[in-house]
Amino acid sequence: MDPNAERKTWMSLLARAPAQLLADLWAKMGDEPEFEWLRAPEIGGAMVRGRMGGTGAAFNLGEMTVTRCSLRLADGAVGHAYVQGRDKPKAQIAALVDALMQGPEARRIRHAILDPLGDKTEAKRTARAAKAAATKVEFFTMMRGED
Amino acid sequence: MQETALTGGFTMAPQQSARAFRAAMNAMARPGVIETVEGAAPPAPMSIAAGVLALTLLDAETPVYLAGALDCPAVRDWITFHTGAPFAGREFCSFAFGSWSDLMPLGGYRIGTADYPDRSATLVVEHPDLRAEGVTLRGPGIQDTAALNLPDPGLMARNAAQFPLGVDFFFTCGCALAALPRSTKPEVI
Repeated sequence: MDPNAERKTWMSLLARAPAQLLADLWAKMGDEPEFEWLRAPEIGGAMVRGRMGGTGAAFNLGEMTVTRCSLRLADGAVGHAYVQGRDKPKAQIAALVDALMQGPEARRIRHAILDPLGDKTEAKRTARAAKAAATKVEFFTMMRGED
Repeated sequence: MQETALTGGFTMAPQQSARAFRAAMNAMARPGVIETVEGAAPPAPMSIAAGVLALTLLDAETPVYLAGALDCPAVRDWITFHTGAPFAGREFCSFAFGSWSDLMPLGGYRIGTADYPDRSATLVVEHPDLRAEGVTLRGPGIQDTAALNLPDPGLMARNAAQFPLGVDFFFTCGCALAALPRSTKPEVI
């Protein structure tokens, strides 16, 4: 079992979260904790690579814009963020959430931010899957007499 | 990962790295001129000037070789976090950091090829003491003569004789840095 599996889950959730939704949830949390930048938010590109069917040779799917930053809270917890897009405030919130999730606030943060985010993401995915499923065409092969 | 690995980068990367690049370029263009740089706080035993050069010149496509005392986890983690540069042996590196004795022998580094003389290594030498006196320098970028206290002028002269191939040097000491490109001819007495 990967010891970082849990952190990976929330990092992935934060990376893909819609910026507006994340900002709204964060605004409800109240005061922003004190922190110092280790790496101020910076925008860059990342090459997304894929494998056909998950097994073939890797190919370049395309480039995407990524914003990253790192910060440290007053209590020493370090938070990192790599998020989609070029929204620097979103990267800052994601890094703060990552740092707070390692401290005593974890429960509150999970309840106030990660759970609603997860629900929204899951609902969106299900809705999309349902839409796609409605267009599914079933193919049947008719049995032929001579076999 | 140690705590020092995450701190000590540029706080205002665009301005600081532009200033540092200007200083490095000036030093390379005018061999013998000693420039002062600031902004980086690398973990010991790396000097500030070497740290500034690392932050300014390294990225994910420049293999780095750390020699001797500099090849420690603190420095490796710091370079990885701030630049993302991969580590390599001396025969594959684009940049090498270390003291003069640790970086030797000079024959192990890439000197470029006749078609691509730029595919060579740049050595960042930690120098205990950097002064504009000692070995006399002549060449492009120097009006008459310049002087720098080089560790081994004979070896530098042999490197310059390979021009257009060869390696380039930065010398760092605290906040100060100077450079010796392969085009500069040190006078060997």
